[in-house]
Amino acid sequence: MARAMPELQLAISDFLLKLQRRQIEGSFDSAKHTVLLLRQVIVQHRASHSGQASSFIDAVKTVGARLVAASPIELAVGNVVRRVLHIIREEEVSIANNTEDEGETTFDSDDNNNSDDDGLPVLSAAVLAAANRNVLRAPSLHNLLESAVIPAVAIVSSSSAGDSEERSRSSEKNSKGWKLKHSIIEGINELLEDINNNHAQIAEQALEHIHQNEVILTLGHSRTLLQFLREAKKKRSFEVFVAEGAPRYLGHTLAKELAALNLQTTLITDSAVFAMMSRVDMVIIGAHAVMANGGVIAPTGLHMVALAARRHAVPFVVLAGMYKLCPLYPHNPYVLVNEMKSLSQILEHEESMEYIDAALNVPDLLAMNPSFDYIPPELVSLFITDMGGHNPSYIYRLVAEYYSPEDHSLE
Amino acid sequence: MDSRRGSRFVIDPKIRQVGFVPAGCESENPNASSAVAAIANVDVNPTSDSPSPVMIPPRLADPLPRAAPLPVPSPPPRKHTSVEIPLQGSYNPTDSVLGTSPPFSPASNGRYAGVPSSEGPDLSPSFVSRASSAMEGMSLREDHLGSPSASRFATVGEYAMFKQQQPQQPATAVTKVYASSLPQEPVQSFAPVGKEDSSKPLKERTTKAERRAKQEADREAKRIAKESAGAKVVEGEARASSNVVGKASRAQSQKKDSASEKRLSAVEKASEKEKKKEIPAPRMQFDDQSRVAKAKKRALIEQTETKHRVELFRHLPQFVYGAQLPSLEAKFFHDDAMHPHPAVYQVGLQYLTGDITGGNARCIAMLSAFKELIKDYCTPRERTLIRDLTARVNNNVSFLTTCRPLCISMGNAIRFLKTRIAKLQLTLSESDAKSLIIAEIDRFMQEKINYADNEITKLAVTKIKDGDVILTYGSSCVVETIILHAFSLGKKFRVVIVDSRPKLEGKGLLRRLLGRGISCTYSHINAVTYIIQEVNKVFLGASSILSNGTVYSRVGSASVAMVANAFHVPVMICCETYKFHERVQLDSICFNELDALVKIPGRKGLSELEGWSQSSHLKLLNLMYDVMPADYVSMIITELGMVPPTSVPVILREYRKDPIL
Repeated sequence: MARAMPELQLAISDFLLKLQRRQIEGSFDSAKHTVLLLRQVIVQHRASHSGQASSFIDAVKTVGARLVAASPIELAVGNVVRRVLHIIREEEVSIANNTEDEGETTFDSDDNNNSDDDGLPVLSAAVLAAANRNVLRAPSLHNLLESAVIPAVAIVSSSSAGDSEERSRSSEKNSKGWKLKHSIIEGINELLEDINNNHAQIAEQALEHIHQNEVILTLGHSRTLLQFLREAKKKRSFEVFVAEGAPRYLGHTLAKELAALNLQTTLITDSAVFAMMSRVDMVIIGAHAVMANGGVIAPTGLHMVALAARRHAVPFVVLAGMYKLCPLYPHNPYVLVNEMKSLSQILEHEESMEYIDAALNVPDLLAMNPSFDYIPPELVSLFITDMGGHNPSYIYRLVAEYYSPEDHSLE
Repeated sequence: MDSRRGSRFVIDPKIRQVGFVPAGCESENPNASSAVAAIANVDVNPTSDSPSPVMIPPRLADPLPRAAPLPVPSPPPRKHTSVEIPLQGSYNPTDSVLGTSPPFSPASNGRYAGVPSSEGPDLSPSFVSRASSAMEGMSLREDHLGSPSASRFATVGEYAMFKQQQPQQPATAVTKVYASSLPQEPVQSFAPVGKEDSSKPLKERTTKAERRAKQEADREAKRIAKESAGAKVVEGEARASSNVVGKASRAQSQKKDSASEKRLSAVEKASEKEKKKEIPAPRMQFDDQSRVAKAKKRALIEQTETKHRVELFRHLPQFVYGAQLPSLEAKFFHDDAMHPHPAVYQVGLQYLTGDITGGNARCIAMLSAFKELIKDYCTPRERTLIRDLTARVNNNVSFLTTCRPLCISMGNAIRFLKTRIAKLQLTLSESDAKSLIIAEIDRFMQEKINYADNEITKLAVTKIKDGDVILTYGSSCVVETIILHAFSLGKKFRVVIVDSRPKLEGKGLLRRLLGRGISCTYSHINAVTYIIQEVNKVFLGASSILSNGTVYSRVGSASVAMVANAFHVPVMICCETYKFHERVQLDSICFNELDALVKIPGRKGLSELEGWSQSSHLKLLNLMYDVMPADYVSMIITELGMVPPTSVPVILREYRKDPIL
């Protein structure tokens, strides 16, 4: 890492600065930039010969930790870093498997006559892979079943594969190193593609959820949501209420964009959400992040919307790409996963100065402008991700699919 | 239940006075009525011929709503003990002396009680028992209001008045007689009648057939009565005076006394009308084409329907904002008979431009304007004041409506004004009538708004403790006075002001509170879930409270209450009872007010919506009010006390029956 190229350092510090200055905001942008940067880190990383994967991991971790520290509120950055780490670990294992496979096949061919059971060697390779995966991943239902079937065989085969592996490793060290890097980069490219395509993949499911003449309510602006509705509009016609989403009033933008799609769009004030909820069939929102317990970090106001939806028994649907899935459990999210924005967004500077000037005895004037709400999982009806729809209670399982438990803490 | 209902409806207003009757007098009443009536006559007659201007004040007072005891038979065991509590009502002592005084001393009581017991037949037995226990009537109230403080207040107020009254007894009696001895329309007579009820002997209810027969007879009689209206007072002394006071009892009517019959009919009609009035008139539905067309013809100014109409709100007027302003301004100097009065005109324009907002402010402005109108009013030839003035008022009201739809409290005020006008005596000279009405309006403003606010403030302040963090939404003048008052009492607390588009009214409140040196936190409604976690009390104002307990309030209040409820923070609604309404509503869609969204200030540089009207698919919806379900409300603070939302219909029923509204 110390030998990293100057231009890489430049890119990192540039990105850090942008994050710190909040010039890059929003989970999509920050996730994308993080992936690009980490790819660069991998590409330029010259791994020492021993323990290649772990050196990659270290490199990514150090950079990742800095990125996360730069903007802790952009949970997507941390998510992507963990995804990349996961990719590295997975690739390492699969490469190890491959070499073992090779070793094993040679071994098998020697051994073939001795063993009466010809099914066993093939099985043992699969078992090895499974065992490796088990080491790597947190146990998922899938893995649990696999490993439960053949634990005994796994031990046998792994012990038998021992010496051949050593042989092949020494001989193929260079090619393996190259292979690892290559496959990691490939994995990262896939991740990037996933992130880029997640809107489209979520939107594909739109028709399953929106029917003719439905009335949909949303608050603020979300790219995912816009695509989702655009896709639905191709087949169905329906009506959308858009709440403005103070203090940024991005709802205005969304309303305009939706109207441009020839959707019946009505812009309402945030305060009218409760009033209108009684006529709404579904609330669809875009999330900032999804926590491991199924809770949602979303722009301010959405907790209120969720409560109103619950009151009127209106389904509350959250659209979220998988990169928004955060493996952390929220603890006091209102304080810890939140950020206070400038007061000038709600109270003009001149105004507040005027108030203060006119004030008697200089009382305190605080203006609260938090940027995020935490919506507890029990208020969410459904998550629609690029991997399909999920219940809030299932989210912790998805976390296990996509992240390695070792990476949950990036320190 | 049923029997109670029945009796209530028929004699409705008369029951009012029951609460004041000292427990002693009722025992003698049943048999003593006629004898006492005679005495009453003696008192009454000498003065009856001289309706003097002095009598004006008495009228003022008689409709005091709080004077009305419960019509419901009550469980006797609960005797009242709250004597020592000081009078806290918005009661104007003089008012009460004059208006509601009659029952106060045993002597006067006896006299009034003795007045021919009209309505006897209507009374269910339960009613009588109620009458017999005046005090219980009060305790009963407690049951109904669900909050001890409310009942205490009412009763204490009464008690205090009772005490005050005694020394002034003679004067009261005289004024009372003045008032009652005039040939009066039903309302006026209500108070005395109530008295009778209390002292009423047990009588059987009339059957339906009987009543119908009577009605028919009455109708006949009424025609005659009109002709002989003036002479009536003089005629048949005991009978007449008793009639005047008591509006004729059923028992008497059975004697075929024509005069009493007439009176009776008047009462019945009035009560029937009243009953009908209780059911709120259907609102204008703006998707009803024919009615809209009709209304347009009548309208003084034409309004242009917006092109970007929100279909969901077809039933509400959706006009282009500000389009009426130029034509209004142009017509300011027009002068035709049906043109709104300049004062009203001005107020209308102020509504339109948003210079006057807030339920109380609008209501006071409107009433003041109507006062001007009445001052300047003179009856055209060949018209009666009552009819013409009512028409004039209607005209002006519809003008105000075109400027901005009236809020429910204003509707109540107008209803009050109109009943006052309708119940003016025909014999009253124009100047007397005018000053009477003006005095009534003044009293309404004083009592129903100013005193009520004081009382609410006093009550609500007790709920603010040191170290509290109080959240309020938007800007409510009652909440503001509460906060200021609590601060002036030296309580240490912090205020969180939550605000929202469209109006951003909270900024004004913020400035005013800071100006007084109160520490404030300001935030917007989307952050309410964040900020609520440090709050321990929520105070909200209301535009109106409907009889199912829902609170009709500035849009966003419901959201705030919902969030507060979700975080287990108590929500207290501060609202004067004149804003209560019999209507019920479940959602904010069926009735609401729409405003233009675009004109409202947002953040600077908010240009995204420029040119929005180019798109035919984009609509802007700006609701003005929303409906907060009763279960979010922990407590409603009214001038009658602190009550749960379930007690709203009780308050409406018990206090609204009163002629005041």
